[in-house]
Amino acid sequence: MSYVPSTGAQRREMLEALGMRDWRELYRDVPEEMLLTEPLNIPEGMGELEVRRAVSAMAAKNTRFDTILRGAGAYDHYIPSIARSVTSKEEFLTAYTPYQAEMSQGVLQSIFEYQTMICQLTGMEVSNASVYDGATAAAEAAAMCRDRKRRVTLISAAAHPDTINTVRTYCYGAGEELRIVPAKNGKTDPEALAEMLTEDVASFYVQQPNFFGLLEDAEALGQLVHQAGAMYVMGCDPISLGILKSPAEQGADVAVGEGQSLGLPLGFGGPYLGFMATTKKYMRRLPGRIVSQTVDSAGERCFVLALQAREQHIRREKAGSNICSNEALCALTAAVYLAAMGPKGLAEAARQSMAKAHYLAEALTAIDGVELVYSGPFYQEFVTTAPRREEILSALEAQGILGGLPVQEGILWCATEKASRQALDRAAVIVREVLSK
Amino acid sequence: MKLIFEKSVPGRRCDILGKCDVDYVSVPESFARQTPPALPEVSEVDLSRHYTALNQRVHGVNCGFYPLGSCTMKYNPRIDEDMAALDGFTGIHPLAPESAVQGCREVLDTASRYLCEISGMDAMTFQPAAGAHGEFTGVLLIKQYHDSRGDTGRRKIIIPDSAHGTNPATAAMCGYQVVNVPSAPDGCVDIEALKAVLGDDTAGLMLTNPNTVGLFDENILEITRLVHQAGGLCYYDGANLNAVMGVVRPGDMGFDCIHMNLHKTFATPHGGGGPGAGAVGCKAFLAEFLPHSALAEEPGHIQVRSFQGNFLVVVRALTYLMSLGREGIPEAAQNAVLNANYLMEKIKGTFQPAYDRVCMHEFVLDLGPYKKATGVSALDVAKSLIDYGMHPPTMYFPLIVHEALMLEPTETESKETLDWAAEIFRELYDLGYKDPDYMRAAPHHAQIGRPDEVRASRNPVLRWEEA
Repeated sequence: MSYVPSTGAQRREMLEALGMRDWRELYRDVPEEMLLTEPLNIPEGMGELEVRRAVSAMAAKNTRFDTILRGAGAYDHYIPSIARSVTSKEEFLTAYTPYQAEMSQGVLQSIFEYQTMICQLTGMEVSNASVYDGATAAAEAAAMCRDRKRRVTLISAAAHPDTINTVRTYCYGAGEELRIVPAKNGKTDPEALAEMLTEDVASFYVQQPNFFGLLEDAEALGQLVHQAGAMYVMGCDPISLGILKSPAEQGADVAVGEGQSLGLPLGFGGPYLGFMATTKKYMRRLPGRIVSQTVDSAGERCFVLALQAREQHIRREKAGSNICSNEALCALTAAVYLAAMGPKGLAEAARQSMAKAHYLAEALTAIDGVELVYSGPFYQEFVTTAPRREEILSALEAQGILGGLPVQEGILWCATEKASRQALDRAAVIVREVLSK
Repeated sequence: MKLIFEKSVPGRRCDILGKCDVDYVSVPESFARQTPPALPEVSEVDLSRHYTALNQRVHGVNCGFYPLGSCTMKYNPRIDEDMAALDGFTGIHPLAPESAVQGCREVLDTASRYLCEISGMDAMTFQPAAGAHGEFTGVLLIKQYHDSRGDTGRRKIIIPDSAHGTNPATAAMCGYQVVNVPSAPDGCVDIEALKAVLGDDTAGLMLTNPNTVGLFDENILEITRLVHQAGGLCYYDGANLNAVMGVVRPGDMGFDCIHMNLHKTFATPHGGGGPGAGAVGCKAFLAEFLPHSALAEEPGHIQVRSFQGNFLVVVRALTYLMSLGREGIPEAAQNAVLNANYLMEKIKGTFQPAYDRVCMHEFVLDLGPYKKATGVSALDVAKSLIDYGMHPPTMYFPLIVHEALMLEPTETESKETLDWAAEIFRELYDLGYKDPDYMRAAPHHAQIGRPDEVRASRNPVLRWEEA
């Protein structure tokens, strides 16, 4: 299959116009000894039907579970049909970054609306147009919080391990220090945090709800951070913000998070969506694209990429971040999702997820040998003890249920609004059967 | 056009979820949100029409010619979208057990094998989510390599002054001092200038080849040899790989690591700015430093984002690679180069190429003399193109050409389109002499007139607020 439209005759005609006989003359600057003489060791090209067969066969080797009780950073929420239909529109899909405002108002306005919705969700004043995912959003936030005197980043041990490791990697790159604030009973230890908030600390990151699904006492943590003169970064689950206090209400200076829940499929890990929002005070420290409203030559409202003086193509090595491409289409998906759900629908998704998780927790802990590992209030995830963990998970998988994630303390379960009561009951029955053998 | 918030009516909604079949639990008061987020309240038909109207105000590759230099705006095949939308891929949890994700593994392994073959590398990661993210990953490979040898005095990364802004920004994010080397008059690396900055403090070199003016650096083997001799490593910015894939390999040019933009070279769509995927390849001696996920794979490695990267983008790229196959890949590169040279040849005699020689997949026009003669700038020409339904080329890049327009037609444009585009450039060239004011006020028939960018920067309005 070739997507080159020019025919052989046309190609010859074009070469002739260049005074060339052969395509090799186009590569006259390439040292002869470097040119490949053998064809690539890749199979021959295929027609569309053949490719469809081959790639579909790969997809068929995966196991799809009817019920997914695993979260840990990737959540099986319901995706409204309208979200998929909007984001498969070919213009949205195939456009580049909207550098030319005069022919990109649709993309620019959609980003402006996305930024507004992220502000509405988080209670913050300024959002960027997206970064790669929740983990990189946390890492970028750590970078934007550093100044000349305060260089150290603190992160809660109860944050997602991938987030911790990503922030650690970005800190390693920059030659800056990351310190991990220990957890106690599954939540950030406030006493340890207070001790670790020394004068060189730039920021502290907490995840709400945290990796174990527990609700952190985020306001109290934020007060400690601010008393020490550091910045407070919160990583949030966006759907939970339909019913949980916003990061702004909890004192965050920067709110970030993984936006996958907002209409994006699990997709074996990506593409996902990192959102980032802050206060007006820190607006010019935000990385990435930002869209602003302005007026055109006729005085009409329009939208443009703004504050570009922060970015790599202008500031080069002095830029705060190198980000260029982001996750625009995922941000569009999130915006359509949020508009489709509306304030009531979003709260409903959060309420149902929380209800299902608590129903599952109750059903599981009614079984002998299964107990909640941590006692605090939780949202849609929780950790239980799990005797014969591997057997439990295999038995569930055999029945089309992806069980919780094995973690050090036991199993980290998750339920969203997509899990029916019947499926949750069935999962509990299977676990009971395994443990009563 | 109204914003979605201005179409909101209190009480209007889409009923997406329906009833809950278990009892609700209450949120403890100290955690409960008092005021719900002020999201828009709209019906599904409102949404459908709103986004259809917005979509009509977007220029995609499907709408017409998009010669945006350095961005490789080639056609994005529809089959790639279908494959990425298969339930067997979209419904897979990134932390599902290995036995349940064998198909995903096959996708990643196959794509990795093909891309190693194309790039001349030995190992590959798909964790980076974009080109710049790939650069970050690649330079961290270099950093870890030197660190692992206790060679901590290497503090500098060398970058030509023609490089993309992401290169120096990346080096800085990796804690390096950036040494900019001036380009030679022909736009390529100035070997003497390079020699002058190489030393035992050199960590590495970041280079794009073909470079950002669209020329293949014929001294490439000498360049990478010199860097290696000084103890540094060579990083290949794959932004321009479309010119040479299947023809010559970065690994054979002496590079140690590379990123490839799957969203440029391998035809995955740009999505209005993303998502992309920045596959990073390296030679075997660097493979131990590649990133992994702390949760999904082995801990103890660097990690640049969660899980294993933009997997569904990799599915699209693999579908494309399988479609083109061993013969289609070099054919695409050759036609990208042919199209660029043909278009440059047809425009010649009006706007002048900055470097008058055979180019690779893109070329730069230098409008300096034209601006002097007419007062019409590269920006004015770019804006005038919009009136013809053509997306403007990249403007004012690379920085070493002052009134630059950079054109990259890609291989998926036909001769007819190139002839048409050349005709428009010739027309505009003449118009600049006849009616420069008209061009300075362009576009005249676009969605909007020229926006007030100064106002946007001085008084940014970054969200909608209820009046």
